[in-house]
Amino acid sequence: MPGKVLIVIPCYNEEASLPKVLPELLSTALPDSYQLEALIVNDCSKDNTSAVAKKHKATVIDLPVNLGIGGAVQTGILYARENDFDIAIQLDGDGQHPPKELPKLINHHIKTGANIVIGSRFLEKEGFQSSFARRLGIKYFHWVNRLMTGAQVYDSTSGFRLFDRKAIKLASVNYPDEYPEPESLVVFSKAGLKIAEVPVIMAERQGGQSSIRSFGSLYYCFKVSLAMFFSFIRKP
Amino acid sequence: MLRIQIITIVVNILFVLYISRLIVKGKLREEYAIVWIVCTVFLLLFSFWTDGLELLRRLTGVVVAANLVFTGFIFAILVYLLHLSVVASKLYNDNKKLAQEIALLKEEFKKHLDEKKS
Repeated sequence: MPGKVLIVIPCYNEEASLPKVLPELLSTALPDSYQLEALIVNDCSKDNTSAVAKKHKATVIDLPVNLGIGGAVQTGILYARENDFDIAIQLDGDGQHPPKELPKLINHHIKTGANIVIGSRFLEKEGFQSSFARRLGIKYFHWVNRLMTGAQVYDSTSGFRLFDRKAIKLASVNYPDEYPEPESLVVFSKAGLKIAEVPVIMAERQGGQSSIRSFGSLYYCFKVSLAMFFSFIRKP
Repeated sequence: MLRIQIITIVVNILFVLYISRLIVKGKLREEYAIVWIVCTVFLLLFSFWTDGLELLRRLTGVVVAANLVFTGFIFAILVYLLHLSVVASKLYNDNKKLAQEIALLKEEFKKHLDEKKS
């Protein structure tokens, strides 16, 4: 059965890393008869992200106002829903998620039928593992998530994710705006979607800056915990 | 426990429940709720720990403890109001950009339709 795959790349000032990521992505061989389209969601970048992306034969959506990562990803998900894609995969534009790992996610989805497949750094401890403080934070979210949903997700902050049709339908109406990764897992589990993880090898970011730094990381933990809690008690 | 303590604690708990209800219903975003929740935590702390206020008063050298509460809270409220004004200004700007974008798109779309007809 042929399938249409949309790669959603949320971008904010990524002109430095895109020329490397996009050609690699477009030349990636997908499992049989899957067709790939790359979608750049330009979240009001201040640099030439949009022009660079157009040069590399990617579909580009320029958001007129800055929505943040959640809103940008959801825009891609909406595009996937409107254009009848079977699968949408979020891939960060900063080069952390090597496109050659994409088939692993798709194959895992075909094999297990999971609605969400997360590319995880920690299942097989290979590749870039992030700093100690970040790993601590990720461990914490692993436990919060397990407490709330009973699901074992080791890399709940990973933005390297596959959404199938069911997940696309849900995420197009209900997807958190700020720091969406851990919180959305609670939303998905509560809706009864099947979440799976597959080991991937990530790289260190090639350019740009993380959105979560120093003092912000405390706020991040607090805000996300709160949001996860409220998603947990909210009726689906 | 003093009667006033019990009253403040009950009011606090009701307030937290109301905030939670607003968030669950989707009427309040979590980032704005944080301030309110932190406020209630402070109020709750001082309703249990009655000597705390006296300690703070001596530390800051304020004569009447009530003045410390007023100064602290009025300052916090002012800062939060300023923050809300910043948020409102950003919303205004975003809204303007969106309206302009839609107007331009409409115009472009109309041109396309006319070209198609002729």
